[in-house]
Amino acid sequence: MSSPVLFAEGLRKRFGGYYALDGFDLSVPAGTVCGLLGPNGAGKTTVLRILSTLMRPDGGRATVNGFDVARQAAEVRNHIGMIGQQSTVDDILTGRENLALWGRLYHLSAANARRRADELLEQFGLTAAGSKQVKHYSGGMRRRLDLASSFITAPSVMFLDEPTAGLDPRNRIEMWSAVRALALGGTTVLLTTQLLDEADQLADQIVLMDGGREIASGTPDELKARTGGDWIDVTVRDLAEIPAAAGVMARTAGGRLQTTPGENRVSAAVTNRQHALTDVTRALHAAGIDAEDVTLRRATLDEVFLLLTGQDLEGEEAS
Amino acid sequence: MSLTLPPITPAPMPRAPRSIVQRLRWLISDSWNVASRDLIHWIRQPVRLFSSVMYPVVSILIFGYVFGNAVMVVGGWNYREFLMPGLFGQSIVLGVGVTLVAIAEDTNRGVNNRFRTMPMSRAGYLAGRSIADLMNSTLDIVVLMLCGVAVGWTWHLGFGNVLIAFGLLMLLRVAMIWLGIYLGLIIKPENTSVVWTVLLPLTMFSDTFVSPQMMPAWLGTISEWNPLSATVGAIRELFGNPGWPGDSWVSTHPMVMAVAWPLAIIAVFWPLSVRRYRSMS
Repeated sequence: MSSPVLFAEGLRKRFGGYYALDGFDLSVPAGTVCGLLGPNGAGKTTVLRILSTLMRPDGGRATVNGFDVARQAAEVRNHIGMIGQQSTVDDILTGRENLALWGRLYHLSAANARRRADELLEQFGLTAAGSKQVKHYSGGMRRRLDLASSFITAPSVMFLDEPTAGLDPRNRIEMWSAVRALALGGTTVLLTTQLLDEADQLADQIVLMDGGREIASGTPDELKARTGGDWIDVTVRDLAEIPAAAGVMARTAGGRLQTTPGENRVSAAVTNRQHALTDVTRALHAAGIDAEDVTLRRATLDEVFLLLTGQDLEGEEAS
Repeated sequence: MSLTLPPITPAPMPRAPRSIVQRLRWLISDSWNVASRDLIHWIRQPVRLFSSVMYPVVSILIFGYVFGNAVMVVGGWNYREFLMPGLFGQSIVLGVGVTLVAIAEDTNRGVNNRFRTMPMSRAGYLAGRSIADLMNSTLDIVVLMLCGVAVGWTWHLGFGNVLIAFGLLMLLRVAMIWLGIYLGLIIKPENTSVVWTVLLPLTMFSDTFVSPQMMPAWLGTISEWNPLSATVGAIRELFGNPGWPGDSWVSTHPMVMAVAWPLAIIAVFWPLSVRRYRSMS
């Protein structure tokens, strides 16, 4: 197996009295998308800043394509693109002018910079908006222009810091499409996110972070399997039927139970996937409970995070 | 409509420069490209050009006519002959704010961080900022000079001296650029208005509008030592405009001080800014 494109070992970074990173390891193979997932203050952005040479670690080491981020920073910068949490494109310039300017800053000739700008507008679905000033762009278009501008010299590694923060669902899906297009083309992507859905949709490998450390990592499916794998959701017609339904499910499904106050749904971790659905349906029927919906599904990343930290991603204590 | 993009493939990146000649080429092209962003802003935002022109007109009206008529000038000179070099100097020092706001905005918007992850010349960004600001100030001074001529100011000692005076003003501007860069890197954008509050009085505690000899002794001493007084005193000499310097060493050697002060400021704030820019994140 070839060596990882992104590698970190025992990274530590201290801000004032606390460790933003406290012994963080990472290994991302070429051409894959890795998602750093965790609540605010987990240390996700600090990892990105160290790997993109903006910040030096206080301890440990990290490499990009084999180059040390602290000792060979100039070499690392030849391989990376970085999109921060804020948009860095210029409002007053048009989309095409922005890309041409960034192209010049990446030392393309004026003619090449213009040609590349047109190519990128096409690739990122912005040709029609190319001659408009960026102040007239939607949030999603602006974000894609950001992405295009850091892809001028087509780096093999792209860092994205909360790429869809502040975008509405439609724009978010457009941005996801752009990230997928990069990954399909072979770019290695490291992104941070607070959104489970985003990590689930984009990442080949997810690293769950909390308090400056990794608390779990794996493919989305592997992580979901850690809560016991499958869950069964039963939706009843009447809130009053919840306790009875919960009793039935505890006997038949066999795993942990979960209810949310005020919602007419009971979830149970399933120990025997093959029979669970029929067993539960029959038992509910026998108990005279009117189930509106019975579904078998994989655990969500939310449930994984809750299980591992006792907190949900917004930092609320579990009840 | 949903958007589906075809795969986007990476390509080999350009190599970082190895030779000194290539490094220098990068520095020059990077700084010019950063500066060109500002030039497009000017063209697209006529409001900025308009305020560049309005500032001198309003200053001349306020200081030359509102206050100026109450000022008696020894020797029967027109006050506006004394005033104009002061306004040139004031415009240059207020430029600190222009530099600072631009730097603070780029820092806040993450543009600086973007640049710092790119294979760009490290000095290119700061040099580009300097080029844009020097061009901005050149325009300001030329407009101010034209307005001055319109209200009776002129130079009396030849055009060569005008060019030297212009050089001294730009030297002070370079010092103000490095001061502005440093302040812009450490001040948050929401606090930049404080700078104007400090800056405006600093341009007054000098011989810009009134000779320090007319001030209370302690304030007069501060004003004489103000770097702005040195440049303004020097260009008054070069233009042959009236001035009433005191008899302290600084007041009688404005030419020396007009070179020494900016160089000292640059010597302090250039290394500070570069160090700050390298280590920030």
